[in-house]
Amino acid sequence: MSGRDVVLARIRRALADVPRGEGPSDPPVPRDYLRVHGSRTAGQNVDLLAENLAEYRAIVHRCGPGGLPVLIARLLAERGARSVVVPAGLEPGWLAGAEVTRVPDVPSATARELDAVDSVVTGCALAIAETGTIVLDAGPDQGRRRITLVPDHHICVVRVPGQVVSSVPEALPRLSPDRPLTWISGPSATSDIELDRVEGVHGPRTLEVILLAAG
Amino acid sequence: MSGSHLGMPAFPRAAAVSTRDSLLRANLAHATHTIRDKRARAVAELDDWAQLRAAGAAVKDRTLRHLDSYLEQLEESVIAAGGRVHWAADAEEANRIVTRLVRETGEREVVKVKSMATQEIGLNEALAEAGIRAYETDLAELIVQLGDDLPSHILVPAIHRNRSEIRDIFRREMGSWGRPAPDGLSDSPAELAEAARLHLREKFLTAKVGISGANFMVAESGTLVVVESEGNGRMCLTLPETLISVVGIEKTVPTWQDLEIFLQLLPRSSTAERMNPYTTTWTGTTDGDGPRTFHLVLLDNGRTDTLADTVGRQALRCIRCSACLNVCPVYERAGGHAYGSPYPGPIGAILTPQLRGIEGSLEASLPYASSLCGACYEVCPVAIDIPEVLVHLRERVVEGGPVTRRGTRTVLKPAKGHAAERAAMRAATWAFDHPGALRGGMRLASRTRRLHPRRLPGPGRAWSDSRELPAVPAESFRDWWRRTRGEQRPDGSSTEQRGGVK
Ligand code: SF4
Repeated sequence: MSGRDVVLARIRRALADVPRGEGPSDPPVPRDYLRVHGSRTAGQNVDLLAENLAEYRAIVHRCGPGGLPVLIARLLAERGARSVVVPAGLEPGWLAGAEVTRVPDVPSATARELDAVDSVVTGCALAIAETGTIVLDAGPDQGRRRITLVPDHHICVVRVPGQVVSSVPEALPRLSPDRPLTWISGPSATSDIELDRVEGVHGPRTLEVILLAAG
Repeated sequence: MSGSHLGMPAFPRAAAVSTRDSLLRANLAHATHTIRDKRARAVAELDDWAQLRAAGAAVKDRTLRHLDSYLEQLEESVIAAGGRVHWAADAEEANRIVTRLVRETGEREVVKVKSMATQEIGLNEALAEAGIRAYETDLAELIVQLGDDLPSHILVPAIHRNRSEIRDIFRREMGSWGRPAPDGLSDSPAELAEAARLHLREKFLTAKVGISGANFMVAESGTLVVVESEGNGRMCLTLPETLISVVGIEKTVPTWQDLEIFLQLLPRSSTAERMNPYTTTWTGTTDGDGPRTFHLVLLDNGRTDTLADTVGRQALRCIRCSACLNVCPVYERAGGHAYGSPYPGPIGAILTPQLRGIEGSLEASLPYASSLCGACYEVCPVAIDIPEVLVHLRERVVEGGPVTRRGTRTVLKPAKGHAAERAAMRAATWAFDHPGALRGGMRLASRTRRLHPRRLPGPGRAWSDSRELPAVPAESFRDWWRRTRGEQRPDGSSTEQRGGVK
């Protein structure tokens, strides 16, 4: 017998007490938990997102469409970034003000090459206010997962309030399991040494989130 | 991890050693109290915690009651998404499969993201025997691996080490594993984390094979979920060409929507955060993004035996958050190593005897490693009634009865006069000898739970810090273990597996 047959046969024997008529969607799951915690306007949701992001040490900025290229250019210049990975579908205007080498997100780029790049600028799929989370789904303005992992500085643009949902239950139906997802809530962190929180271990140690208001 | 938990001494013996270690106890007390308080605040933020908890338990119960259907569905979805699925009835089979898969890549090194399932099966040791080096990449696991040590807590496995010990381990050991620690490394956590970052980056950038576990597997879509903090998970899951995930069959949930429950329950119960820094989900393989080859190894290794016990099967709901450890007065005194498996604390006390069987003396003693105060049940995000299972397992130890071992039903004899009973009695005596542990439990119990009838009777003599015995000599846990177990083995041989090649 294959491992598969052995395991499945053991499971069926183990479940002899389950009535024959009971199907996989029984017994019912009570889903009377809340879809959203509290009630907020769209604007309050954006404020909550900003607050929660900041609590987990992301650096939050706000601007309108006109100010975005200037802001991105300033953030890159302040860090002394000389090179930036650019996802294929990033709005070209966003980087219009930046004097940096643009490194395209191509399949042939090695992890070591990415390690030599200073920053990455992306959009996102959505953001979750209650938990201070941004979600990337490898869409055209976000690129391959590794480009937001290897460089040490990530600037992520969230269109507000359009891309902001309230809660985890509101987020999942808008995300496709078929796409690889990265949920990011603040920069990477560890509390492994005497429970002292240290920000920035392996992912980008600096996460800057720009909340981009509609024009 | 370089050590193996297999063949550990019975709980009271191991606990007696660690309760003497005042440093371990102080570290543990600090850790558990800090996390406990933070967790309470994170949970209090959600008005619907009770409903989420009930829903989480119900989803897990439903899945377990139809686990065969859901696993077949999962397998189909993973294959449809470009992954390959393997089934392992026990640890040996899982290790054989993973070793073969790594060999097929031609690689001799793999990077690993913390996975309790691979600790449970002793994968690193099996790979080492095949000449394959496994690098642990979680900071705490790295500390444990470099320190030639065993993890002691689910969430913070190196909680028994303080910062200067960690600095010494890094200075001494990093060089023989790869990039050495920077000159003049201090013991500030930030500097130590930076040293780990530099040391591991070399591994991540060149690794061709990654090995992971998973927190959840979604049957309907074939999606796997890894929840983490440091980013080493993302590195292992996205940079290598081949990804091998070894996952216990009980980690299945039916639908994508079900994640809305667990992604709220887990971070708040575990790290006491609204959301952990990074969560990765992937479904099979994606063209041009991440590993080109994905293998899922579905692990039984005693889970189906646990499933066969209608009282004990609730242990399979566990989402490994570690909340029950942090409230357990016995864990706080005994330390994680005393539980003799990768699963310490209250969950270990009910899971290990079920996964391995209660015939061994450690396994028979574990159901007694508790004051039955019920605090673990109160904090458990999937409402596992740990005291109920403990009492049930004690009955099995003392009275015998039907059990399932490797898929076969047998009837266990009562343990009267048997070694197992003596081990159990020693564990109970240990608890009585440490009334501090019991008192802490009772205080919690009065605030929390109405499970008083099953509580053990009151403690005997007074216990105070002044009675504290001298600290154990400075030696690595594994050295201690080799030495003490060496004494214990009747035939005088040593079965110590040389893990983690140096
Ligand atoms: S038993 Fe419950 S509280 Fe303990 S680790 Fe598992 S899920 Fe968490």
